Amino acid sequence: MEKTALNINIKEEQQKSLEEIKKQGLRVLVCCGTGCMANGSMKVIEKFEELGANVSTLTHNDKVTIVPTGCHGFCEQGVLVIIPETHTAYVKVKVEDVEEIYNSHIIGGKPVERLLYTDPKTGGKVQKSEDINFYAKQTRTALANCGHINAECIDEAISVRGYEALYNVLAENDPEKVIETIEKSGLRGRGGGGFPTGRKWRFTAANRGGKSYVVCNGDEGDPGAFMDRSVMEGDPHKLLEGIAIAAFAIGADEAYIYVRAEYPLAIARLKKAIKDAEERNFLGENIMGSGFNLTIHIKEGAGAFVCGEETALIASIEGERGMPRPKPPFPANKGLFGRPTLINNVETLANVPVIMLKGADWFASMGTETSKGTKTFALTGEVNNTGLIEVPMGTTLREIVFDIGGGIRNGKKFKAVQIGGPSGGCLTEEHLDIPMDYDNLIKAGAMVGSGGLVVMAEDTCIVEVARFFMNFTQHESCGKCVPCREGTKNMLKILEKIVAGKGEMSDLDMLEELAQTVKDGSLCGLGKTAPNPVLSTLKYFRDEYIAHIKDKKCPAGVCTAMKKIVILPELCKGCTKCSRNCPVGAIEGTVKQPHKILQDKCIKCEACLKGCPFKAIVLE
Amino acid sequence: MSVEISHKIDTSRLDSIMAEYGYKKSNLIAILQKVQEVFRYLPEDSMTYIGTKMEGLSPATVYGVATFYAQFSLEPKGKYEIKVCDGTACHVRGSMPVLNAIKSRLNLVDGKMTSDDGLFSLETVSCLGACGLAPVVVINGKVYPQMTSDAIKIVLDTLLKEEA
Repeated sequence: MEKTALNINIKEEQQKSLEEIKKQGLRVLVCCGTGCMANGSMKVIEKFEELGANVSTLTHNDKVTIVPTGCHGFCEQGVLVIIPETHTAYVKVKVEDVEEIYNSHIIGGKPVERLLYTDPKTGGKVQKSEDINFYAKQTRTALANCGHINAECIDEAISVRGYEALYNVLAENDPEKVIETIEKSGLRGRGGGGFPTGRKWRFTAANRGGKSYVVCNGDEGDPGAFMDRSVMEGDPHKLLEGIAIAAFAIGADEAYIYVRAEYPLAIARLKKAIKDAEERNFLGENIMGSGFNLTIHIKEGAGAFVCGEETALIASIEGERGMPRPKPPFPANKGLFGRPTLINNVETLANVPVIMLKGADWFASMGTETSKGTKTFALTGEVNNTGLIEVPMGTTLREIVFDIGGGIRNGKKFKAVQIGGPSGGCLTEEHLDIPMDYDNLIKAGAMVGSGGLVVMAEDTCIVEVARFFMNFTQHESCGKCVPCREGTKNMLKILEKIVAGKGEMSDLDMLEELAQTVKDGSLCGLGKTAPNPVLSTLKYFRDEYIAHIKDKKCPAGVCTAMKKIVILPELCKGCTKCSRNCPVGAIEGTVKQPHKILQDKCIKCEACLKGCPFKAIVLE
Repeated sequence: MSVEISHKIDTSRLDSIMAEYGYKKSNLIAILQKVQEVFRYLPEDSMTYIGTKMEGLSPATVYGVATFYAQFSLEPKGKYEIKVCDGTACHVRGSMPVLNAIKSRLNLVDGKMTSDDGLFSLETVSCLGACGLAPVVVINGKVYPQMTSDAIKIVLDTLLKEEA
């Protein structure tokens, strides 16, 4: 193919942007992800402004500029304020702390010791941000710029090599070579399926010629996963660049980003990014003089988990009920508006520019035999450091939970990890040391899914968690396939029965039978994977199910129906406080005589237990 | 085809919304979102009207789409829309006690999730993506992190005081 002469020079653009940024003086990064915003980052920024700092995209006074950034990932510790020049990370910054940071650190050059992160293991303050355990063990590719640049400023994106990969691709003018590079990199779909990305591109490119589309799936529906939100909020230009490269490779001139309506900040930042990129001619007509055109539209979802399924997502963009369609025809042949369509997830596309810049071999050097590169995980639940992380494929669960995550909170014991959301499964102590990748997790009865990792401690009831997920999938089943619609409903009924202490042993066989039917008889990924949480918890925690059924006991002490609150007569002084506290009049007794709880009336609210001055009331 | 509009609804407002987004079927969801933003819910007549005006649609199709997506409400929502996140992380860290506290403070029960005075409406959502702050409650777009049953009562009391 003949090379194309472009009408700009990206290296010069980069140089210009870098010079602009140099003029900002000392950069102070304030995290403005959804998490930190909720903790008050806007107030922190206002306070800095009041004290005389610049706050903006690119205005400067050679002294100090506050840069509102996307998510740093360490949501637990928000608001995060980072000063890159001295590698200082301040955590849990409140508006009251701003003046001290400004006067002591920014003016005086002396870090504010008390706001540094405290290592939970040593109790010492961590001076450099990269030494914080949470960050030290991560390798950031898709998230590389998240938290380091102002997401709303295109110059900042350009200064960190934004649109350089697109520039190179358009100058080379060889779509086949782009597809080869992605194939060689070993990148697989990050939305859950793990399908080789390069192969998907090749299938779609085979239909080159007529109208075709790229669709970016940003319908991050898995409860407990927020990596796509972070990319869209923190580095929207990287996503746009990834989409543009994909569109060039398959010959599309129109693209859609489907974003959940629950992510208003992501939608706003993407819209701004598209506008800015069009102004600079990185998107739009005749991009950089290459003759390649691309229009990107944003489509807001309306709250339906099933729309994460590619054919349902297409139906939703077309304005219909988001119900999946049978495959084949695959979207690569007949997708959006009946045209060939490439659908990739946000994280997948965010990896594309980096692969094009650093090469397929570089990407393939990370990870395991079958799963290359890095993967983001949303680490949440009963773990000390919750947040968003990115690690090479093949990192063990132990490293994630205990090194990066800092172990279980409040010194509790590790019980399990639920991975991959409602489609995934449980991993237990025995899996702590297996390298996590697509194939190993499938073998263990779980899946990478979108990368939600919910850590559960000894006091989490596994049966209740299975019920929770079944309730979710039952609710989100679109109703098209009968086995999914009715099967999930009946599985939920059985789980509710077990949690209420009314289960029978035969219920477990019925659960397994229903699970198989739902898996076999459903059209899309939702139904095919909906029984996974039940199957994997039955596999690893069958004894907990049996405890609920046979002994009518919840080993974790969670299920209220099985709680029994009793008064120990030898400790009870008959002070009557408990009977006065009881909202349902379930405690009887006379003054100075031991009281008694009427079990059939008790609603297990524990009001008596919490109020007892003699600790005479206990949970049995 | 013309349709009798039984209740008074500002059809000119609907016309301008449809004109803004375009009469193509693929814009239906965006149009319904805008209508809900304006009216705080989807009045039945608005769906009928849109169904007769847009290309290739019928009132039944519009109703089908409106009832498919969780975001759309056929009942008026409260002045304060309370969303309790019940995603996995929030659930594990105790979103249910928070939900129950709201219900008891505002006298809401399953099936009746808008308060009598129309001030508050309550719903659970599956994940707001703010899992690091679990459990999370969102009231009219403002995120309240790390809620407890006591903390949410204080939040509600403050709002009630403002309205009193």
